[in-house]
Amino acid sequence: MLNRIAAISYNTFREAVRDRVLYNLIFFALLLVGSSLLVGQISIGIERIVLVNLGLTAVSLFGIVIAIFIGIGLVSKEIDKRTLYTVLARPVRRWEFILGKFFGLVGTLVVNTFFMAVGFFTALLFLVHRFERSDVSLLAALYFIVLQFVIVTALALLFSSFSSPLLSAVFAFALFIIGTFAEDLRAFAALAHGVSGAIATAAAWLVPNFAALNVISSVAHSQPVPGALIAYNTAYALLYAAAAVAAAGLIFEHRNLK
Amino acid sequence: MAAIETFALEKTYLAGFWRNQPKTALKPLTLTVPEGEVFGYLGPNGAGKTTTLKLLMGLIFPSGGSATILGFDWRDPRVKAHIGFLPEQPYFYDYLTAGELLDYYAQLSGVPVRQRRRRIDAVLERVGLPGVRELQLRKFSKGMLQRLGIAQAIIHDPRLLFLDEPMSGLDPVGRRQVRDLIQSLKDEGKTVFFSTHILSDAEALCDRVAVLHQGELRGLGVVQDLLARFSGKVELICDAAAAAGALTALGGQCHATGETIRAVLPQSQLDPAIDAVRRARGRIVSVTPLRASLEDYFLEKLTEVPAEVSR
Repeated sequence: MLNRIAAISYNTFREAVRDRVLYNLIFFALLLVGSSLLVGQISIGIERIVLVNLGLTAVSLFGIVIAIFIGIGLVSKEIDKRTLYTVLARPVRRWEFILGKFFGLVGTLVVNTFFMAVGFFTALLFLVHRFERSDVSLLAALYFIVLQFVIVTALALLFSSFSSPLLSAVFAFALFIIGTFAEDLRAFAALAHGVSGAIATAAAWLVPNFAALNVISSVAHSQPVPGALIAYNTAYALLYAAAAVAAAGLIFEHRNLK
Repeated sequence: MAAIETFALEKTYLAGFWRNQPKTALKPLTLTVPEGEVFGYLGPNGAGKTTTLKLLMGLIFPSGGSATILGFDWRDPRVKAHIGFLPEQPYFYDYLTAGELLDYYAQLSGVPVRQRRRRIDAVLERVGLPGVRELQLRKFSKGMLQRLGIAQAIIHDPRLLFLDEPMSGLDPVGRRQVRDLIQSLKDEGKTVFFSTHILSDAEALCDRVAVLHQGELRGLGVVQDLLARFSGKVELICDAAAAAGALTALGGQCHATGETIRAVLPQSQLDPAIDAVRRARGRIVSVTPLRASLEDYFLEKLTEVPAEVSR
């Protein structure tokens, strides 16, 4: 079982790596990180804050774009191109295929984030000439960005298991946008009553809470990231992703392939 | 043991905007294919051949019925280790090389890592693709992809092969190579279930054939027995160009080369035909009864009223 999941994961990773679109996106992300050095020149005294804000946002945004645009095709592309036939003709369970695809794309995003992080820290070192103890919190921010990628990948995979690539992209982007305002949605739900209150509460807890995973502003101001938040966010992201991947597996298990 | 057994296996789709219009792709199919047989699954386009294969491979789910493959329930994933599948017009990951693709499939099928390299080279040689291990699939021609499709179906040495239109996209040399390959697989004791609408291939390779039309099994028979049947026609070759009109009037299909005529006539018109040649002062060269071809059987089954087919 593990051998099969690993094979599918590695093949998914290999497909992403050989896709030239990925390199274009990484190039533009690094370009944005580099350009934040120039933007920082405009604001004297807060160059580091601008670099951290812009740099980490670039890493986050481009990673989300990659997660969605590759994730939405993970299953649907294999069905449309019928490459799935010869895979499922082997002793591969459908849920193993889903898991392999998930781990393959998450692996791609982790490697991608590593290279973008190298670019980011290079730019930071160029600006400040040496790292401070407080810069460790930047690693926590990057870790939270990776957790965001894990959730978005799981969601894109879920939509890909039953929907077309276009609709999957729309759903995934929409959930990402709503998720960044999850705290505001929860605050609204707390104030609402009756049916609308129930709906708002359900929505507030169902949408992924990307707001809690966004500590870019606070680390830009050299604030530490509490260990409890790291533990909570890790558990939340893994549980949310597990639920989405399990739903994807369940849907795919009963799907007639064309 | 039967390699394949189906028990009233059927598939109905729900079509229409509200998905309330049932469309039957496969009517209840009960069929047995013993191990070691090359079984031809024939039918025109849209007959339900690919639907049957996809049901047996677990790619779609039946509306009713069941099946066993090599004694396993057809839904049991363990059976997939013993079967190979070539889909119609196969698509593969074009960013991979031939070696990478076969290695991936071998790994998914549980082939031990130390055996994979040797098997890949052997299989590529066997399907007529030596030296393409490092070539990316996006550079493959249609014929090369078809052969690679067969290679991935046999990489793990399965007992049973499902081939959907295995000759598709191949030139005459390629088709001959695939026919020889299927024959060699049979000689190894493997069971081959292949669907085709090219009857000459089925005639040359198959032990038994089934004819499917509009989702229904219309005929099933041993190829040798089917070919041994008399077609009811005779071939008359004569040197009597002047008799061509008379032979045609008797229902004969005539082909003339100089003075020599080759006519295919109903058996009942043989005596009047011979009389016509004599009146034209011609010479009878030969009279030969014609055996039925698989095409005759196929067309007969497509046009006759469906009845209970003996399994």
